Amino acid sequence: MRSLELAAALFTACSLSISAAYADAPAPYSVTPELLEAAKEEGKVVFYTATDVTVAEKLAELFMEKYPEIDVQVERAGSERVFQRIGQEYSTGIYNADVIETSDAVHFQYFKKQGWLEPMVPQVVADKWPEDERDPDGHFAAYRAHLSVMAYRTDLLPEEDAPTTWTDLLDPKYQGKMVKAHPGYSGTVMTATFLLSELLGWEYFEKLGQQQIMQVQSSTEPPKKLAQGERMIEIDGNEYNIFRLQDEGVPIKIVYPEQGTPLAVGNAGVLKNAPNPNAAKVFYAFLFSLEAQQLNSDFGGLRSFHPDVKESDAKTPLSQIKLLHLDATKLEPQIQTIKSNYEKYFGT
Amino acid sequence: MTAATAHIDASEGRRSGVDLSIPTFVILSLLLAVLVILPLFWILYYSFRSDSDGSATLENFVALVTDPTLARAYALAIGMATSVGVLSCIVATPMAWLVARTDLPGRNVIRMLVTASFVTPPFLGAIAYEILAAPNTGLINIIYRKLFGLDQSASLVNIYTFSGLVFAIACFTFPYVFTLVSNALDRVPSDLEDASAILGGKAMTTLRKVTIPLVLPAMLAGTLIAILQSLTMFGSPAILALPAGFHVITTKIWSLFQFPPRLGLAAAAAIPLLILTIILLRTQKAILGRRGYTVLGGKSGSPRITKLGKWKWVAILFVMSILSLTIFLPYFAILKTAFTGTVGDALTWENLTLSHWKFVLFDFSATRLALWNTLFLGVTTATIVTLIAVVASYLVVRQSVTGAKYLGMLATAPVAIPGIVLGVGLFLSYANPTFQLYGTLWILLIAFMTIELPAGYQQMSSSFAGVHPELEEAGRILGASRLTTLRHITAPLLRTSLVAAWCFVFVGTIRELSATILLTTANTKLVSVIIYDLNESGDLGAICVLGVLLLAVSFAVVYMANRVSMLGGNQMNTRG
Repeated sequence: MRSLELAAALFTACSLSISAAYADAPAPYSVTPELLEAAKEEGKVVFYTATDVTVAEKLAELFMEKYPEIDVQVERAGSERVFQRIGQEYSTGIYNADVIETSDAVHFQYFKKQGWLEPMVPQVVADKWPEDERDPDGHFAAYRAHLSVMAYRTDLLPEEDAPTTWTDLLDPKYQGKMVKAHPGYSGTVMTATFLLSELLGWEYFEKLGQQQIMQVQSSTEPPKKLAQGERMIEIDGNEYNIFRLQDEGVPIKIVYPEQGTPLAVGNAGVLKNAPNPNAAKVFYAFLFSLEAQQLNSDFGGLRSFHPDVKESDAKTPLSQIKLLHLDATKLEPQIQTIKSNYEKYFGT
Repeated sequence: MTAATAHIDASEGRRSGVDLSIPTFVILSLLLAVLVILPLFWILYYSFRSDSDGSATLENFVALVTDPTLARAYALAIGMATSVGVLSCIVATPMAWLVARTDLPGRNVIRMLVTASFVTPPFLGAIAYEILAAPNTGLINIIYRKLFGLDQSASLVNIYTFSGLVFAIACFTFPYVFTLVSNALDRVPSDLEDASAILGGKAMTTLRKVTIPLVLPAMLAGTLIAILQSLTMFGSPAILALPAGFHVITTKIWSLFQFPPRLGLAAAAAIPLLILTIILLRTQKAILGRRGYTVLGGKSGSPRITKLGKWKWVAILFVMSILSLTIFLPYFAILKTAFTGTVGDALTWENLTLSHWKFVLFDFSATRLALWNTLFLGVTTATIVTLIAVVASYLVVRQSVTGAKYLGMLATAPVAIPGIVLGVGLFLSYANPTFQLYGTLWILLIAFMTIELPAGYQQMSSSFAGVHPELEEAGRILGASRLTTLRHITAPLLRTSLVAAWCFVFVGTIRELSATILLTTANTKLVSVIIYDLNESGDLGAICVLGVLLLAVSFAVVYMANRVSMLGGNQMNTRG
């Protein structure tokens, strides 16, 4: 039973310290004419992704404009679903995917340990990416990022009444007015829950659990509940969904508390058993290119680690937000504890 | 056709010394045994297997008792199911009496409308009530605030509560009680009531002392079915209980499949649900098995009709409010949301839009695949189940093979396996390197076949029992060959039940969610699953469009079945 083994392997793997000697990352590569020729021979690349489907399709379109001979097959699902699927496929010896991307950093630790990823470093990543946003061994790099943000409806809640810190949310006046996504479902919220429990302790969540919050599943859902007007404050949820709703004219404001805002990083990597290894290499390099990253930012509202990406003025630049970064190796062994604590305090 | 073939195989075979009904019996028994026993075996196996290291252990069962979240989920599920059962019974019994035994106007229309709420998938009803009774954006609350000029924080009803959940489920389970009780009332011999009246009993006394005791078994049996339905239901609790911050056992089992999955615990958690189901079904069978006193009276003319007189308006008001809550309001909410921009929009000509339809039918990439998968599985499941049911019930009813009754038991056994338990079992059985069925439509086909087989089998076996062999013998005596007899007598008599069974299975299949939710993947999405997924991303407009499509197909099929049954009914009458 694969999924069970996934869990079992993960657990045993985490309990052992990582003793494997660090191999150096392979030398950075660029898309050479020979590589491109080989990629064209393959004619196709399969991309498993957890990015919002319209954004991912747009990205594929851009790629196909640039390389008309290579088709992109986008397979989009939620992070945990992508993870389950690749695990299921690999355990039964089906190798469909070339490039994979999810917003749960723990997944890539797991893939790396299983040896499923082919180390490679595009030139642009080597040149432009911050040290801690890429794997030291070159197995993966941060393709995108988004924040899990607190936000409120400005028409339903005057600014002076709005919360400004995480602990403000414990005020009884917000009882029955808040919506929150679930860490057992959403990688983003798992990350956020872990980071905030480190920052504020579990007592914070215990008290938050008393606030009669509306519990939803996906991190895309709280922004939609705000837009619908079912609740006026979201405790967590994707920043990029809020940006898109703001563009549509929904009166929502994001709060970036001084204590910090959790950052969820979406890594991408190339699979070792990729059926189209050369096309995968070309596509992987493209993912980190300025044009692709700029598209993610403009169209998808995603954050980028490419320093040259220009963000629209409406967004608060990352440099002005205190970010809470995740150490995936620390989160890994905590997942079960987080889920059971969460259930204890929030009921599900 | 298969009925015919089997029949010929059996009879011709016997004459020539080679009995083909035995191989058919063996193959069918093996098939059904695999369908039923394999998933149960794996559930049992995994429940004794440790999630952390794969060793043999009792820790899953210990967790079942010691883990407060599991115990709480069971307690809430049982509380919810019992409340639903009681509520359904309280609402359905008077309604059934009004429809069966009074001069209430429009009784046939009411029966028809109750059938409509039968066809409504409960998860769609739950979503309709999200639209109607969410504390802030629910239409009922918006109207309430408007009417009384209250501010944003005021709300009349909140569906995201335990009582809200009970209400939303009862709306779609009360037809079980209604159907059983109204059928029982149709059969209660009126001479017993006449006797009471002659002996000086007033209308109410007769009702209390004669009629109600006579239909009590039907009430209890219906209530137990309602309890069973809600206990094993996944969709409605997932939609309403999770936002309210509590799990029932089905959603809890589902959550154990999230990363990192805890399959052993999920298997162990499923076992008490299986046992509860079997107990409930046994009790129900025992109650109905008594058949009450209803049949003792024999045929005694048409049932007594009570004249309502001045109470008529009260009765109409009662029935109308029940129908509003279970049919009119939810259907209105679904239609309105499908055709307007957002849930809160007022219903005006300017606000009408087809944008959700455009999104679902043209932009949303999952729709086409899901529609195709749903139709494919619906048709395939209905066809295969009907075929198996025909052959199996022929073998059982005609007793052509010794031990045939065990085949009947195998075919009805899955009724005791709740959908979510079957989902767990099938996942454990077929999602491994040997079978590799996870992520294919075949695992869903197996699930649906197993779930729907009892319904198809019961339908077919009762109609086989209804066709007395003497009809076939009459044909033979008059000189027709066995083949001709089959073609001209048995097959036409069974045709209507075949169609009815097929339609019944089809409608059951396309609304299934509780086993499906554990077995589906990106490539095997079904309409019911994308409705559930869209609910998780909060897209109510698109859900309602898909809901309308699902309902339209269901009603079309039910209508077809009714038409055919009516034709068949006439044939049956001429026969009788």
